[in-house]
Amino acid sequence: MKMKNRGNVLDDLDLRILQVLQENAKQTYIETGRHLQVAHSTVHDRIKKMEEQGIIEKYAAIVNLEKAGAKYITAIMTVFTDPKESESVAERLSKFEEIIEVFTSLSEELLIIAKVVAEDQERLHSFIAHSVAPLPGVLRIRTSIITKKYKDEMFIFKRKSSPNESL
Amino acid sequence: MKSFSSSSRILRKLPRKNAFYFFTSIGNYTGINSASLEEFIEKIKEVNIKSLEFHLYRGDFEEWADKTLEDKGLAEKIRSLRTLKPVGNALRDQLYFIVSKRFEEVERQTL
Repeated sequence: MKMKNRGNVLDDLDLRILQVLQENAKQTYIETGRHLQVAHSTVHDRIKKMEEQGIIEKYAAIVNLEKAGAKYITAIMTVFTDPKESESVAERLSKFEEIIEVFTSLSEELLIIAKVVAEDQERLHSFIAHSVAPLPGVLRIRTSIITKKYKDEMFIFKRKSSPNESL
Repeated sequence: MKSFSSSSRILRKLPRKNAFYFFTSIGNYTGINSASLEEFIEKIKEVNIKSLEFHLYRGDFEEWADKTLEDKGLAEKIRSLRTLKPVGNALRDQLYFIVSKRFEEVERQTL
């Protein structure tokens, strides 16, 4: 299996390395090599190459904020925009530290979907009322506060096995 | 009695960031806003009643009147209205009456 990504061709081993790293980035080259049955130097070279190409952007700890004692609420904000201003609104939203994810979506209307984090409902409302609603191009906003999280995972590269492997 | 300059100040057009933005609940913006006392009167007539109830009972109207428009008199009148706990169209009618009367009063002082 080969995947092409803006000129960077990932082969089967690259994908397997990515899968291992996404599941546990703290594994050493030796452990990864042992797991994939390849030399650790090969793992090292492949990882360095993928870092240089920006395929691996960074290594970060996934912190469980609740267990860390942080008091906060998360909300999904849907911003309906004037199509001419949509890109500028999305860029401005991306600059706020209260907003942790920003997407655009084309359904019946042009929307921006953003994930917002605040200490409590009052601060969430204040942020939206004073910082988001006044942005030029914002037509209206719908916000849903998340009450319970059932799953929160990153997309993990799955290596597809070839038909011969299952024999 | 207010001076000419403070009356003009109350009636001024505000910058976009200082406008009043009407929400119906936490984070749900209606798309309606008002950047002056005159616009505010118009928007009271058209905005969803849920929005008027949401802001009146949070004290948002009186805060905007006091801190942004700098009209303590209007803020006090809205505060008094809140204590009467009006809802629905009675709220809309009473708020409209209070704000439009205040607008006429301030406007007269600028003449």
